[in-house]
Amino acid sequence: MKVFMLGWEFPPYISGGLGTACHGLTKAMNDLGMEITFVVPKPIESNLSAHVKMLSPLQCRSLGSVPEEQSTTEFPDLKNVTIKTIGSPLEAYTTPQYYEQKIEELLKQRRNVSDPSQDIELAVEKWLRETDEQIEHLAHEHYGGDMYSEIHRYAASAVRLAIREDFDVIHAHDWMTYPAGIAVASVTGKPLVIHVHSTEFDRSGEHINQMIYDIERRGMHAATKIIAVSYLTRNIIITRYGVLGEKVEVVYNGVEQNGDGRTLPFNKIGIQSNEKIVLFLGRITMQKGPEYFLMAARKVLEEMENVKFVMAGTGDMMHRIIEMAAQMGIGHKVLFTGFLRGKDVEKIYQMADLYVMPSVSEPFGIAPLEALNYDIPVLISKQSGVAEVLTHVLKVDFWDVNEMANKIIAVLKYPPLQLTLREHGNFEVRRLRWSGAAEKCRNVYQSILQKN
Amino acid sequence: MASVCFYFQVHQPFRLRHYTVFDHSPRYFDEFKNASICRKVANKCYLPSNRLLLDVIRRLEGRFKISYSLTGVILEQFRKYCPEVMSTFDALAETGCVEFIGETYYHSLSFLYSPDEFIAQVNKHTELIQQLYGQTPRVFRNTELIYSNALAETIEKTGRFDAIITEGADHILGNRSSNFVYRPPNCRRLKLLLKNYSLSDDIAFRFSNRGWQEFPLTADKFAKWVNRVNGNGHCVNLFMDYETFGEHQWEDTGIFSFMSHLPQEILKHPDNCFMTPSEIIDSYDAVDVVDVPHIISWADTERDLSAWLGNPMQSGALHDVYKIESLVKQTQNEELLADWRQLQTSDHFYYMCTKYFADGDVHKYFNPYESPYDSYINFMNVLSNLKKRCSESFVNNNGQPLRKSS
Repeated sequence: MKVFMLGWEFPPYISGGLGTACHGLTKAMNDLGMEITFVVPKPIESNLSAHVKMLSPLQCRSLGSVPEEQSTTEFPDLKNVTIKTIGSPLEAYTTPQYYEQKIEELLKQRRNVSDPSQDIELAVEKWLRETDEQIEHLAHEHYGGDMYSEIHRYAASAVRLAIREDFDVIHAHDWMTYPAGIAVASVTGKPLVIHVHSTEFDRSGEHINQMIYDIERRGMHAATKIIAVSYLTRNIIITRYGVLGEKVEVVYNGVEQNGDGRTLPFNKIGIQSNEKIVLFLGRITMQKGPEYFLMAARKVLEEMENVKFVMAGTGDMMHRIIEMAAQMGIGHKVLFTGFLRGKDVEKIYQMADLYVMPSVSEPFGIAPLEALNYDIPVLISKQSGVAEVLTHVLKVDFWDVNEMANKIIAVLKYPPLQLTLREHGNFEVRRLRWSGAAEKCRNVYQSILQKN
Repeated sequence: MASVCFYFQVHQPFRLRHYTVFDHSPRYFDEFKNASICRKVANKCYLPSNRLLLDVIRRLEGRFKISYSLTGVILEQFRKYCPEVMSTFDALAETGCVEFIGETYYHSLSFLYSPDEFIAQVNKHTELIQQLYGQTPRVFRNTELIYSNALAETIEKTGRFDAIITEGADHILGNRSSNFVYRPPNCRRLKLLLKNYSLSDDIAFRFSNRGWQEFPLTADKFAKWVNRVNGNGHCVNLFMDYETFGEHQWEDTGIFSFMSHLPQEILKHPDNCFMTPSEIIDSYDAVDVVDVPHIISWADTERDLSAWLGNPMQSGALHDVYKIESLVKQTQNEELLADWRQLQTSDHFYYMCTKYFADGDVHKYFNPYESPYDSYINFMNVLSNLKKRCSESFVNNNGQPLRKSS
């Protein structure tokens, strides 16, 4: 089974859970002996992404130059996975401005010529040149630039790669890659599977970006099968995007077993040893419900003194949240760490007494699984996909700050509760592995290929 | 002879209302939920079953006999929420064919934690049964049929009971049959009545199971199984929750018509009869000693305490309840004592069970909580408040201690 996989993030270039999920899934597919070509935009060095320096060999060109051949990277633990990167100055979760129908033009062109194999390459090259001009122009403006041309150019590059590759199925992760998926499917005639890790309604509430919604909707309708990360997401796909239920399968995410070398909690900077730590870890954006975390924190602090609330992550609401904490008069009790990765994430998990995910809308949510892996009790909102798979966690409606505070206090105050949650939670999370997800994906591919 | 002995357990707990750490009200119980569940079960089970059994007793002119264990807690609820159930039990008591069994008033696990409290609750229950039905219970059953040699010794010392009912678990009987009367070691007066779990569960659990090879279970088929005991047993002890009729097994499974026909089918065999537990122990001598050094119960397949004491939350909560016993009793406040005792009802701890939580099953029966963790948090918040009220009762309005507290 050969899979042509389109993604937007891959570790270490990640800004959220999508990259983690892609890595976990491809690794498990690799272990099942499936061959994967993974296409990602290559991030360009920028002062906002300090981690890029860690992998300088990938940084082989400077900003604004004409993109050359895609570079191929190999990961030692991913024998059957080939990572292809395409130059890109973007990161996921940037808000785009507009989008056009370039792929349809391309297809029109394809229909117009009798022998497609020759002309399609020419057409793709032409398309690429056009987008390069736009990129060059936009790159001088500001970081993040123009999402539309990025997606667009990613699609063109993906098509160029695809016509030289041999594969059975196309698997596209989230909306940024749907146009590429549609284009590749149209050009190669292979079945398209799209994997919905989140929808525009999760990211923006009711104030959706029409352009992104349109991209998502088109991708869903063009796909042969849709993989949703939870029933919560499946319901959104069916009700908000008008997709038939029979087309949508649910494949839950997994979590990788954390490595050995667990260390004892140390370095509690600014935190006294008798203080309890309640952790928020995730992007500080509307979707993640950071303000509900603060409102619950204030209520907890009315009852208990020796608690610190740690908010690890960054996001567009960060400044508002810092101000809000100050206004509430709990500024000294809430610590902001900024974006954490690798060892720092491990360290913060080891320090925490409770992990809270108060998400307003969370298609899945891998972070609670990671917390459970680190033996931390977990409190999640009922509005998260992961609530469908976890039973040995505390659950609360995100808006019910009273109940959230009640449960936070209970965990901190009643040791047997913490003990039982740790014991059962850690046991339960061991069943949720990526291997299960990879097998289900393979079943989805096989069902499609058998039909054809 | 095969003497069939029916005993039905009747109990509903006073469920707690949602109680957060921010609540300070001294009202802990969910009146609305308890009333509606009590009325619902009364309509589906208690009333139709009582009427049916009353009818059978009258029809068979006293040859059909049954026994009940009514907890003090359910009797309080009947009085409060559906007094019509009380009058049907009165009518049953008046037939003379119904025996009432003794147990702890609060359906508690007090035997495991506080012998004094245990005896106090047994006495309180006996008084209530005397007052309501004019009977003094001679046979005792502990909450969830929890039993060990130590319980037998404690009950023997009260000098008021002649027998104890418990589970006929395989590991205490070995290859012996539950269809005889036994006695505990080191007891002169007490006898043991052991539940025939196979025949009991055929009615209580398997009756409507279409995957069961004996499905459908008819009255004459069941009577044949009872007849087989003739010649190699004295009694057939069919012990089950009363909610089996109409609630666990819904009316449309045919459970009521099964029960209505079963007595006459069993009596077709001339050697069969129905007896109450007291009649069994008066009629048959103990054939052997059953030694139960470790605690057993009738719960789940494990027949142990793990449904109430299986995780740190359950043992922690139970420990914390009994830790404040002397504090509560020192207040000499009836209201605080009653609240504390209501918190001892075993159901509160059953809701905290994580054993089968992921699968979802019998543990969900009228469980008001979404998860065992929610039930623990709620319980502990209530208990904290009760403790605070007890401590405050020693302090007067000026914040001065009234009496010395421990």
